[in-house]
Amino acid sequence: MAAISREEVAHLARLSRLAVTEQELDRFAGQLDVILQSVARVGEVAAEDIPPTSHSVPLTNVYRDDVPTPSLTQDEALSGAPDAFEGRFRVPRILDEED
Amino acid sequence: MSDLTRLSAASLSKMISSRELSAVEVTTAHLDRIAAVEDRVHAFLHVDAEGALDAARRVDAGEITGPLAGVPIAVKDVVTTKGVPTTAASKILEGWKPPYDATIVERLKQAGMPILGKTNMDEFAMGSSTEYSAYGATNNPWDLGRIPGGSGGGSAAAIAAYEAPLAIGTDTGGSIRQPGAVTGTVGAKPTYGGTSRYGLIAFSSSLDTPGPCGRTVEDTALLHAVMAGHDPRDSTSINQPVPDVVAAARLGKNGDLSGVKLGVVKEFAGDGSEPGVLNSFKESLEALVKLGAEIVEVSCPHFEYALPAYYLIAPSEASSNLARFDGVRYGLRTGDDGSRSLEEVMSLTREAGFGPEVKRRIILGTYALSSGYYDAYYGQAQKVRTLITRDFQSAFEQVDVLVSPTTPFVAFPFGSRTSDPYQMYLADLFTIPTNLYGGPAISVPCGLSEGLPVGFQIMAPTMADDRMYRVAAALESAVGSFTPPEL
Repeated sequence: MAAISREEVAHLARLSRLAVTEQELDRFAGQLDVILQSVARVGEVAAEDIPPTSHSVPLTNVYRDDVPTPSLTQDEALSGAPDAFEGRFRVPRILDEED
Repeated sequence: MSDLTRLSAASLSKMISSRELSAVEVTTAHLDRIAAVEDRVHAFLHVDAEGALDAARRVDAGEITGPLAGVPIAVKDVVTTKGVPTTAASKILEGWKPPYDATIVERLKQAGMPILGKTNMDEFAMGSSTEYSAYGATNNPWDLGRIPGGSGGGSAAAIAAYEAPLAIGTDTGGSIRQPGAVTGTVGAKPTYGGTSRYGLIAFSSSLDTPGPCGRTVEDTALLHAVMAGHDPRDSTSINQPVPDVVAAARLGKNGDLSGVKLGVVKEFAGDGSEPGVLNSFKESLEALVKLGAEIVEVSCPHFEYALPAYYLIAPSEASSNLARFDGVRYGLRTGDDGSRSLEEVMSLTREAGFGPEVKRRIILGTYALSSGYYDAYYGQAQKVRTLITRDFQSAFEQVDVLVSPTTPFVAFPFGSRTSDPYQMYLADLFTIPTNLYGGPAISVPCGLSEGLPVGFQIMAPTMADDRMYRVAAALESAVGSFTPPEL
């Protein structure tokens, strides 16, 4: 049985903001199925009582001194923006017209 | 060809500081070499001749001195360089000029190292061959029809082709070590947190580790010393002194490993490696025994689950990290014709800007983090990560370092592993456990199989980076170095 269906891949692509094509869906569904069946092997390990590791460095909170330091200027921060207007990032409309 | 490009970084450094050579002369020789061979190698995505020569002139003017002052270097294109294009080999960042330098780049500049340019890689460091670069693959100088490894194939090929004596790489699952192995060069992954991630375009933040690439162990150690050390701008940076890797590399050169215990990982001994790789590995073990080392077989029973755990953890983190490429603050924006919503423009931008492997990993990571699947996939992978860490810890109670081949196979022909992504993932079978544990590891050339280089991997406990340099330098003194055919 397939670990992941074409419909699930389409749903995940939407969640990931990827406007994938029909051909990509066909290809990815098969490839992701092979990958998932391989990585699902982690489930073979008995690990109920084992704590998870998110990170190899035993650090909790790292603080810095609460002192202002120089940062990018507004021009520098906007220098790579695809579109900017009056010192701000300009984006396409967020609300639908009927909203 | 200029002989200057054949010299080690250590020799160049001595000759520049004694004024026998000028930094401009050395930089020019490498820029000339790049101009002569790039049409065949394609190691670079961008060459910054002017910036490199400016830095060299400052060294010649006596403004900067230091152990590697005037020695040129290539930097992987996933590391930000102020005002110099940085793309991570992705179309989504085509033409982007970062407004700041990564900490490691700042350190190269403070050390007076001219930056020759930015090297090719698999897009966002996802891959083992550079075939996933949006700008075309890099060719292995040993055989131009074969892959140079990945993701940092450009950095490894640049030094193998004498375009640069040193290079910066990044290693999330083997992206420094595997390219080193298949190009006959040295590549080291420092302890996680030993080198700063500030300014590194994030792939998998709990694994990403910048590190040095060189043609000799000593050169690699010299670069390690320049780039490593605590950085308050990286919250996972380790605030401890850097192990003295240069002294360890020089100590190892004397070829005495008496009392050093090398652990051979039982689980990595047979399956999956090409016979030629296993032969070189076994001959290297014999050479190390002659130098006084003791070989101990150790068992790391959870290592076989490292690859599956990695391909859940890394894509999960990537799916989150790559959310920043949304067509708003930098890079590409597609489909913004005034009629489409922000969400539509984001989806079209990401579809146009990302290549297939990046999309696969984003989708896989999104799946592994989904409610209903999280416990079985991402959560379970994190538990396996704990067990792999415990395997390392108990192994290091018995031995000083662990050893294995770096990668199961020598450089493979282009196209031979792209149709089945999992076949590509197997290139990192032996390198991935170290990333999950967070320790340091190095690949050093140890022989040839059918005329192609084989790498020997040495893994050490966290913050014992010096140990692996000592063993690597000893092995290098025993087996020598390997020179690719003339291009």
